[in-house]
Amino acid sequence: MLTPVADGTRFQSASDQSLLVYFDQEITPEAHQRVMKLLWLLQSKPVRGIRNLHPAYTSLLVEFDALTLQQDELEAILRLYLDRIEDVRLPEPRLLEIPVCYGGHFGPDLDDLSSMHGITASQAIELHASAVYVVFFLGFVPGFAYLGGLPKALATPRLTTPRRSVPAGSVGIAGDQAGVYPFATPGGWRLIGRTPVAMFRPDRSDMSLLSVGDRVRFTPISLEQFAALEKMRT
Amino acid sequence: MIKVLVPGLFTTVQDLGREGFGPLGVSPSGAADPISLRLGNRLVGNTEDAPALEMTLLGGTFCFPEGAVAALTGSEFDADLDDHPVDLWTSIEAQPGQTLRLGVTRSGARCYLCVQGGIDVKHFLGSASTHVLSGLGGLNGRPLRQGDVLKIVPTRASFRNRTIVPRVIESLSHRTVLRVTTGPQNNWFPDSSQRLFYTSAYRVAEESDRMGLRLEGRAIPSRSGREMITEGVSLGAVQIPPGGQPIILFVDQQTTGGYPKIANVISADIHRVGQLRPRDELRFERVELETARSLLREQEELLASKRFMQE
Repeated sequence: MLTPVADGTRFQSASDQSLLVYFDQEITPEAHQRVMKLLWLLQSKPVRGIRNLHPAYTSLLVEFDALTLQQDELEAILRLYLDRIEDVRLPEPRLLEIPVCYGGHFGPDLDDLSSMHGITASQAIELHASAVYVVFFLGFVPGFAYLGGLPKALATPRLTTPRRSVPAGSVGIAGDQAGVYPFATPGGWRLIGRTPVAMFRPDRSDMSLLSVGDRVRFTPISLEQFAALEKMRT
Repeated sequence: MIKVLVPGLFTTVQDLGREGFGPLGVSPSGAADPISLRLGNRLVGNTEDAPALEMTLLGGTFCFPEGAVAALTGSEFDADLDDHPVDLWTSIEAQPGQTLRLGVTRSGARCYLCVQGGIDVKHFLGSASTHVLSGLGGLNGRPLRQGDVLKIVPTRASFRNRTIVPRVIESLSHRTVLRVTTGPQNNWFPDSSQRLFYTSAYRVAEESDRMGLRLEGRAIPSRSGREMITEGVSLGAVQIPPGGQPIILFVDQQTTGGYPKIANVISADIHRVGQLRPRDELRFERVELETARSLLREQEELLASKRFMQE
């Protein structure tokens, strides 16, 4: 069940109650813009029977209630939404600064990662902190942002054996993606530092610090600054 | 009030989960066997989505200092109330000070303890369900411990003797064949892999949990040399990681994933996944999307009929 729509967009059944909308077969800024625009349209004008939405790099997974909404009805509605997608003006993205204490105990993989690329740890930090990242989507656990825009010189595969527990706030690299662990969870990303900022707080009105489409910059801080910021949090 | 004297192996507060927070990366959670939870709640006069306790493989011991109307559903955990055996699928009344004791499972993986009024915990994003990985929801985001005290929402309802009719329980019962529809990366798997997948028996691995059931059996090769772009994953997706051993993504699943998916468990069989134990054997049977949807409709019609419960 693969239905082409237009401009390379296509529908694909994922299960008896979910449909994938693919915008492209490779990660491009244009495809991601269209993911965000369709998400924005569906959030501002919700469709009865759609239960959940999962945006990703080039796709949007639409979960629906098959008892009240037929797949062909859903596809027809989505086509109407897709017709309007070029008119959507997404709000100006926010730029958020995330302070990071790099290396040492907080970034146990920084030295390995640097030597794999033949650069020093401080060069790696400088590269990591120089880029502006885009939040492609949140996934894995609440508030875990998949960030695009990592300098190519830092792209490193995941650890072959994931850690059983990665501390909350750990800043990591996996392939050409960057991210921050909001909770202590198992994880295979290479850790280069840690932020004292809470990435996800259920008691905050914006629970997740980051949302799809945000821009992010990492700012190096010292251990003392880390301790001071961590204190402010509690 | 419920006093937790013995927590059991892995007991959490669950309702029907939180839906609609995919953009935040929040997984649905909720009962692993949602039908047992729904029926349990109806036995005690609750709405179907009231929070209850989900026990896994080994049950706990719970005291009701003020008494309670309760029901056990799902799998048989050898329960007794002050040494009097308690049947599954029927409402019971615990007198003040009585203790409900559950043992090891005799059938599937999960047993639900529903109480009239429902378990009273703080909701997170509209649901009482526990998501242990992020430590959110339920009782402090974690499984129950000895000494925990759970509040019950007060009600004015009284005890009524209700039982689920055997015909309904049978139709919902354990199956060793899970029905699936084809997954979105179905064409990444050559015909030989498809045949292997649909003809082999798989065993549920020990390290399975509410996030996913890891299966052991014949490895499924995929066409090599392709890297998948991470995308949203649906409940019951059967993904094939590089090693070829399938993983069924389950209620506490991550919301996105980067492994190709060969199949997806149909909605009408999801509750059966919740009753699979480590070392259980299973097979996959392929059905069409329309079949899957009519099976779901039939199941919901059965649950909506008045005849499934005797009073």
